Amino acid sequence: MPADSLVKITDVSFAYDERSILKGINMEIPRGKLVAIMGNSGCGKTTLLRLIGGQLKPTSGELLVDGQSVPDMSHAELYAMRRRMGMLFQFGALFTDISVFDNVAYLMREHTDLPEELIRDLVMMKLNAVGLRGAHHLMPAELSGGMARRVALARAIALDPMLIMYDEPFAGLDPISMGVIGQLVRKLNDALGATSLLVTHDVQEALMIVDYVYFVSDGQIVAQGTPDEIRASADPFVHQFVFGEADGPVHFHYPALPFAQELMGEGVGGR
Amino acid sequence: MVGKGFAALLDLLRGGGHRVNDALQTLGFAARFLVMLLVYSGQSFRRFNLTIREIYFSGFQSLLIILVSGLFIGMVLGLQGYETLQRYGSSEALGVLVALSLTRELGPVVAALLFASRAGSSITAEIGLMKATEQLTAMDMMAVNPIARVVGPRFWGGVISMPLLAALFSAVGVFGGYLIGVVLIGVDEGAFWSQMQGSVDFRHDIWSGIVKSFVFGVAVSLISVFEGYDAVPTAEGVSASIKRTVVYSALTILALDFVLTSFLFRGV
Repeated sequence: MPADSLVKITDVSFAYDERSILKGINMEIPRGKLVAIMGNSGCGKTTLLRLIGGQLKPTSGELLVDGQSVPDMSHAELYAMRRRMGMLFQFGALFTDISVFDNVAYLMREHTDLPEELIRDLVMMKLNAVGLRGAHHLMPAELSGGMARRVALARAIALDPMLIMYDEPFAGLDPISMGVIGQLVRKLNDALGATSLLVTHDVQEALMIVDYVYFVSDGQIVAQGTPDEIRASADPFVHQFVFGEADGPVHFHYPALPFAQELMGEGVGGR
Repeated sequence: MVGKGFAALLDLLRGGGHRVNDALQTLGFAARFLVMLLVYSGQSFRRFNLTIREIYFSGFQSLLIILVSGLFIGMVLGLQGYETLQRYGSSEALGVLVALSLTRELGPVVAALLFASRAGSSITAEIGLMKATEQLTAMDMMAVNPIARVVGPRFWGGVISMPLLAALFSAVGVFGGYLIGVVLIGVDEGAFWSQMQGSVDFRHDIWSGIVKSFVFGVAVSLISVFEGYDAVPTAEGVSASIKRTVVYSALTILALDFVLTSFLFRGV
């Protein structure tokens, strides 16, 4: 990995009370690259994004964004950093009481003193980039899932962020919308000269667009590499994940008593 | 046997302790929330158009229910008041009775109860759903403080609207009393108004009513925004929060009314 990383995570652990979520994560995200974090649901991927955004503080370890330690930032410093970050939430999280146009214009109005005519032009450019210029007057409730995701994407890039984070951008989308979002994620990263971090479990979609992949399982990084290396990996976990096999290192069954014992009435009913 | 009884007692104590603990924690969180709300109010006021928008939604849009209820309460007061007063031959005092009941008690209290169920519940629902759909988290990640941007304007919108609504409630109520007493029953119009004018003291009666409605406005608005902000971000969680807003607001209004009355009308 090159020395110039935008995000550098060293030995970071995180726990909610007693429950350990992340255990000693080491990760680097080089500038200008599109990096994916993959893993099964509940493995701590989203927690990682919240740590980078400063919404949670790690229990231990060091977390640098653009050379600054995020956990040590004051509220004002944190907000200054977040202005340079864009985040796409799992279901878009568009503001439902204002139109598509106002959603994209929101950050420009909140954080800049730009005149309204200029904001209008900028919003139209962002909406054009996601192909929804014609939908600027609609309300979020009138959009399909894929469209809402694209509007949220336009909103995330409203202030030309240095780092764009995507939390499950493909979740719940049809294959066409998925392809559209995938292409947009790649193109926007390159066009804006940004760095992107993609948290997802849609392996095939992600492998087509990203530069580097980290696999997280049970709070630890279990594999990493370029998409080609991942496809060729002999690691049983990666193999199960990439090819979507039902059973493997990640078990199909939630931990339980042996089935025969359960049926003989020694399980739930037999307590 | 003794062991079982002891265990049951222990369970009971433990359950009670948990509840007290939870209640105290929520109370502490609410206090911290209020401090944050006040600290960031400066930011809310700098964008005062947001507060004006909330005054429109919670204040202006509550006008219909407030005015209609005020009119009916005033008319009922007119009927009941006349019925009682004429037994003692003092039906001219009807104006005083209607005006004092409304400005001192019914105006602030009933308007606040209506406000809590009409506007408070919708504030809680809105903030709770914004939380459930990650809009508040998204805002925070965009370096926009949700307390300054969402909570502050709604709180101050309620605080500003409440005394105005209570005053309108009382005014319409007095008119309702006039309609029944003077127009319908035929109480002397001059006596109705002049006795009212002579007996209603601005500082003592009207001002006390305004103080009450202001305090109720703060209480109801705080409960509404807090319950929304503190809602468990699921469908059941938001519905439970709305229920709590209405119940807690009603109880708080009535309890505060008792406390305020005992201080404001001491020795009268």
